[in-house]
Amino acid sequence: MGRSGLEFQFLAACIGRNKMTGALVIIGATSKIAFEVGRIAARKGRKLVLVARNKDRLDAVAGDLAARGATGVEVIVAELENTDRHADLWSRIERAAGQIAEVLIAYGSLSEQARSETDTAYMEHEFVVNFNSPASLMNRAAVYFETSAKKAANSRRNGVLAVISSVAGDRGRRSNFTYGTAKGALALFAQGTRARLFSSGVRVLTIKPGPVATPMTASMPGASRMASPQIVAADIYRAMTNGHAEVLYVPGHWRLIMRIVREIPESIAKKLTF
Amino acid sequence: MGEKITSYHGWGKYPRATHTAVLRPAWMDEVTPFALAQNAPLLAFGLGRSYGDSCLNDGGALMDMRQLDRVLTFDTERGLVVCEAGVSLGEILLLAVPRGWFLPVTPGTKLVTLGGAISNDVHGKNHHQQGTLGCHIEQLELVRSTGEIMLCSRTENPGLFAATIGGMGLTGIIRRASLKLKKISSAQVAVETVPFDTFHDFERLSSDDEGGRWEYTVGWIDCLSGQKTRGLFMRGNHAKEGPLNTHPEKTRLNVPFNLPDFTLNRLTIWLFNTLYYAAGRRGARAKTSHYDPFFYPLDKLNNWNRIYGHRGLTQYQCVVPESEAGAFQEILKRIAKSRQGSFLGVIKKFGHAKSPGMMSFPRPGLTLALDFPFRNELTLRLFEDLDNVVLAARGALYPAKDPRMSPAMFRASYPSMDEFRRWVDPALSSSFWRRVSEETK
Repeated sequence: MGRSGLEFQFLAACIGRNKMTGALVIIGATSKIAFEVGRIAARKGRKLVLVARNKDRLDAVAGDLAARGATGVEVIVAELENTDRHADLWSRIERAAGQIAEVLIAYGSLSEQARSETDTAYMEHEFVVNFNSPASLMNRAAVYFETSAKKAANSRRNGVLAVISSVAGDRGRRSNFTYGTAKGALALFAQGTRARLFSSGVRVLTIKPGPVATPMTASMPGASRMASPQIVAADIYRAMTNGHAEVLYVPGHWRLIMRIVREIPESIAKKLTF
Repeated sequence: MGEKITSYHGWGKYPRATHTAVLRPAWMDEVTPFALAQNAPLLAFGLGRSYGDSCLNDGGALMDMRQLDRVLTFDTERGLVVCEAGVSLGEILLLAVPRGWFLPVTPGTKLVTLGGAISNDVHGKNHHQQGTLGCHIEQLELVRSTGEIMLCSRTENPGLFAATIGGMGLTGIIRRASLKLKKISSAQVAVETVPFDTFHDFERLSSDDEGGRWEYTVGWIDCLSGQKTRGLFMRGNHAKEGPLNTHPEKTRLNVPFNLPDFTLNRLTIWLFNTLYYAAGRRGARAKTSHYDPFFYPLDKLNNWNRIYGHRGLTQYQCVVPESEAGAFQEILKRIAKSRQGSFLGVIKKFGHAKSPGMMSFPRPGLTLALDFPFRNELTLRLFEDLDNVVLAARGALYPAKDPRMSPAMFRASYPSMDEFRRWVDPALSSSFWRRVSEETK
């Protein structure tokens, strides 16, 4: 007779270190960074579940990823800020994915600071898009991973939950603190979720990109000197599928820059306009 | 408003242009040529590999198409790929080659967008068998400034389809297109290099292939060799066997800045041509080569146009009927007399395949393409002199390479011009078009 079930699971887990079995779920798949992460995963022949709001754009993204070698691409069109529909959305994601290996939550909106200072409805909407909604989906993902961890008690790795925060969330700054507040809260929420999922063997990855040359930042000054989304995506995919990173700054030098920015005394920082 | 953008230029860097706005659509639904606030003409811009000003719109606006780089569907059974217009031919190859498909027609660089390749109806070394790229476009989607989205093919809106292929981006903005690929069983190309010493030998070598034994043929000529027109005739076929490996995704070699203007002078050009010819003669046996160095030798070196210094380069590409082949000797004679060396001379016999494009450059006959370091008045005067030879031979010049031809030369080269003009979208224009159509907009 062959190997025992336990032995077999151990071997499968070893092989699984390099070869993912479940799907990669990308929520906010039409964001430029998420799309480039999808392209890397597609080239590796992964199964992908893509969620976004705009059907035509999502179809364009899905077509590209299928053409590049993804073994299966499922698309789900959803209005992500409707948190009361998230239970339904998550069950559609589970059905489309079968088994989930990683979740990447990648959507967000670069808030107009000036407008948010006078238009409260706008500010609240930005908080929903950049914090309430991704936090709600992180909870859904957390439940899924906890449940699947119980079912597969022997497997050594039970998934990765990655969320895109921002360096803007590291300190409240004059130029973008509405956006920064939501992204900072999201980073805190991810930190707590990391503690929640630790015992289930699930890794939570907080991603903090510096400015990246994407359509979201095209109107910002210095757009031509920003990091390329392809390079940022390569770092993100590597951190999601390999290694143990928990907080990822991309490009890496932003870790040092933000450490310095965080250390600026309040008495000085309040006078800065950046 | 009032912005001045000078960072967009053609491959030859002459002439320079200043644009008032650059739109960068990230999605097909953002390709909206009618949404421009300024009352300025618009032109789509791809990878800027046109040499002259057909990709520029001085005083107007550009729509940079490079973010539209998605492959929408790839039918690996039929070899039909549907792409957004900003996808480069190199990106198509990365997907197609591992599955046994190749571009049906490819120009000498893969760093052009599909939209740009259609707008210039590009040709390659297999023109005598496959015609132009436009012959292999099944359908394209064009956004007009009226807001209409027009599906064009040989059967739907055929007039607009014919005007758009080789239409220099003037008939609307191409936002996607479908291309029929060609089956290959190997990424290798079986190549033979045959040296020739006279023009007559070149013609004989070209005619040898009328039987269709060689899909790809091209001649390189040494323009400084004097009376004898020596050169190398290269011919190849896709190999039957070999791996289906792609070209490297990244190019490591780069020319980081403009080299001094004296880098290319008569001496260095003579040296290069002599060494190149000698190397070709020595290696004149049959061999196999990967498609990348065979089709795209210069793609290995990023920004190779910087070798020509800050004044840039220009190319003179003409076609003449076969019966007028003597014109080429006259052209070479006049170049020699002007003492302006051409670094790279390429000669090719076009076939009879008819492109659907009404403004396509390729037509039956012989084409000659010569690269020159740009020397302002000296170069412009030489080219005017050469125009007379081409005109007398009932020839034509290629807009994608041209920074300077006169309206009269253009009209003589493109008799369908008046018919074409009816299809031009009134909101679109280019520096080239205003120059050759004598429009001031």
